[in-house]
Amino acid sequence: MDFADLIQILAATVRLSVPLIFTALAGLYAERSGIFDIGLEGKMLFSAFSAASVATVTGSAWLGLFAGILTGVLLSLLHGFASITQRGNQIISGVAINFIASGLTILLGNAWFGQGGRTPQLPNTARFTEITLPFAADIAPIPFIGPLYSGLISGQNILVYLAFLAVPFTWWVLYRTRFGLRVRAVGENPGAVDTAGISVAWLRYRALICCGILAGFAGTYLSIAQSAGFIREMSAGKGYIALAALVFAKWKPLNVLLTCLLFGFLDAASIRLQGIIIPGFGEVPVQLIQALPYILTVILLAGFIGKAIPPKAGGVPYVKER
Amino acid sequence: MTASTLDPTPAIELVGIDKRFGAVHANKNIHLSVAKGSIHGIIGENGAGKSTLMSILYGFYHADSGQILVDGKDLKITDSQTAIRAGIGMVHQHFMLVENFSVLENVMLGVEGGVLLKGGETAVRGALQQIEREYGLDVDPDAIIEELPVGKQQRVEILKALYRGAEVLILDEPTGVLTPAEADHLFKMLAQLKAQGKTVILITHKLREIMAITDTVSVMRRGEMVATRKTAETTMAELAELMVGRRVLLRVEKGEAKPGPVVLSVENLTVKDGRGVTMVDNVSFEVRAGEIVGIAGVAGNGQSELLEAIAGIRKASSGRIVMNGEPVDRNGRIDPALLRKKGLAHVPEDRHHMGLVLSFEENENSILGYQDDPKYLKGPFLNIDAIRKDAIEKIEKYDIRPADPRLKTANFSGGNQQKIVLAREIERDPACLLVGQPTRGVDIGAIEFIHKRLVSLRDEGKAILLVSVELDEIRSLSDRILVMFAGTIVGEPAAHADEQEIGLMMAGIGREAAE
Repeated sequence: MDFADLIQILAATVRLSVPLIFTALAGLYAERSGIFDIGLEGKMLFSAFSAASVATVTGSAWLGLFAGILTGVLLSLLHGFASITQRGNQIISGVAINFIASGLTILLGNAWFGQGGRTPQLPNTARFTEITLPFAADIAPIPFIGPLYSGLISGQNILVYLAFLAVPFTWWVLYRTRFGLRVRAVGENPGAVDTAGISVAWLRYRALICCGILAGFAGTYLSIAQSAGFIREMSAGKGYIALAALVFAKWKPLNVLLTCLLFGFLDAASIRLQGIIIPGFGEVPVQLIQALPYILTVILLAGFIGKAIPPKAGGVPYVKER
Repeated sequence: MTASTLDPTPAIELVGIDKRFGAVHANKNIHLSVAKGSIHGIIGENGAGKSTLMSILYGFYHADSGQILVDGKDLKITDSQTAIRAGIGMVHQHFMLVENFSVLENVMLGVEGGVLLKGGETAVRGALQQIEREYGLDVDPDAIIEELPVGKQQRVEILKALYRGAEVLILDEPTGVLTPAEADHLFKMLAQLKAQGKTVILITHKLREIMAITDTVSVMRRGEMVATRKTAETTMAELAELMVGRRVLLRVEKGEAKPGPVVLSVENLTVKDGRGVTMVDNVSFEVRAGEIVGIAGVAGNGQSELLEAIAGIRKASSGRIVMNGEPVDRNGRIDPALLRKKGLAHVPEDRHHMGLVLSFEENENSILGYQDDPKYLKGPFLNIDAIRKDAIEKIEKYDIRPADPRLKTANFSGGNQQKIVLAREIERDPACLLVGQPTRGVDIGAIEFIHKRLVSLRDEGKAILLVSVELDEIRSLSDRILVMFAGTIVGEPAAHADEQEIGLMMAGIGREAAE
């Protein structure tokens, strides 16, 4: 494996980790506010479908992104209504959203486009395509830095750059703004927030809206940036891997970035290693590599790698104590 | 402070505050006036409605009716934000702090002073330093709450209120979690606050604190404000009597007890709560066959924890419990199911949380905990017919109404629910019965029935340990009375002791001290 191969794997790592980063950050806003969100998968899937549908009809990637975000936010509000206003079980509400997304996207896709749940192939004008950064071609011949710049940093679509910007932005929101302070507080002790004269429900709704926006970005990326159309079940469990990444990252934004890159790398490596035979060992067990994110998360949760302490008030509907 | 500087307008005035939680009437038409610049104590037993009243004042709950006047002006306190703006601060019994936040972050939560934190942090830091200088509250602003001792955490709560510009500071049972030294420090702080012209409302069930620090004291009992006195003009004995109150005496006909051999013996039992506070402190006593031993005390003095430890629900940190001469290991796992097999039955204090599953049918609750008994089983399955037949027998014997074993338990009245629990435990024919608050929330007719049943059980030669906050109940049922105060048994008054004498013991004062 030479340097060019490595750059290729790294580029694939970046591309594969983007939906994880968006989704894990989406989950971070929700869970830091005390709302478990197992419906990330469904939000991502439905957003992917909306983005592709709107991009197909309007021919605009940006309108597609808007539709993806709107879908993410609406599903989040549904989750909020069930789990904040009605104080329902957050896991059940999330699972329901996953089922709704899985079924409705196929049903609507078939009704609208008649291609068995797919959306039509999008032309490049209706997608987010690769952006070549300035001087990429000029720097390319320079050893080491050249390929790194032109092959990895340049030539990604705008959503990739946004994903990497979303990480420091989320950190800044969480630790440097009033909203972030309150979100962190409400996930730990909603009573403290309530007695400080702040509405617990409204605060959690706002955190869920942030969650929906980011999930919308993730879905949009899947269908109109990474691919050129929606395919049924295209989220393929990424929402769950993102949740695992969130736990692995101990609900911290910068850790989320590193974890998602690690999980993305494992994914990229497993694709790369498909069918390759290691002498004396046999074929590389790709499934094992694909399962590694989950295995690592379970090991973490079992307490072998530090300790993952979730937000204390997570999963519990807030009721004033009596 | 001289009389001339006293502002005649009360800082706080409550007029006709009324509040219900479902069937519980927590506050009944409360009137209260708190003078500016004074320390006003509100005393009453646990569950008397003190905390509810103060939560209403702080906008945490809404009163069903009534009026709140702050500085003489009528104020609709719809939420805590309104109360804070009106200069009311509250230190809750369970601290409202975010444990993994710094002191600074906790103080500024809700008053960040802008969208970004930076400006607010600087402002809070400055203001904290000033408050610290003025009141001697030294707390490191960057310390993390969960690493601070409880006393300091409480100071953070006070700082929070002061930073929000509180003129009236409400403290809900502030000394419950403090060591005596920390409590002394707190009282010094409160005196200083008063000297600065602040008004303090102190909620407590401890008479000593009231006498030591307050100017005025109001007594609450079962949701009602029963009296307000100048502290200088009252005595602990009077307050104790007002707190516990007199009820219509329901005399129980019973003959002399014929105590047999010791059935239950508790030796040097110590129990700590989740926070490590000692609730039961080195308690020893015995209960013999054929006698009722009653544990009297103001609620919250460790009786509940004692009962739960004996029943195996709560872990004791040291000590031994011996039943029929056989020790029950306190350090290893205690299994309530095993204790039941050995003949220890338990009627828990809180029937809704521990005694019953309210969404179950009556017949299901009537075997709860004994469902492994072969007589209720048919192979690996429950024998539904046998269970229902058994339930009907109990319903008839205990006159449970309505007489429907298929009715959801939540639909029975409090008295009938209590009879379901009693029937279940007593009909097991236990050697020893633990009973907590047997008649709480129970109507008069059922009280009489329950009392008679307990006495007849005693006459059958069972050992009964009774815990109740109703002094009358203790006095009319018990053959021996033990008084608990602050986790210890402070005395065993004679069976004929009068109410006042027991009341003094319950308040933690010996006879000599009161005179």
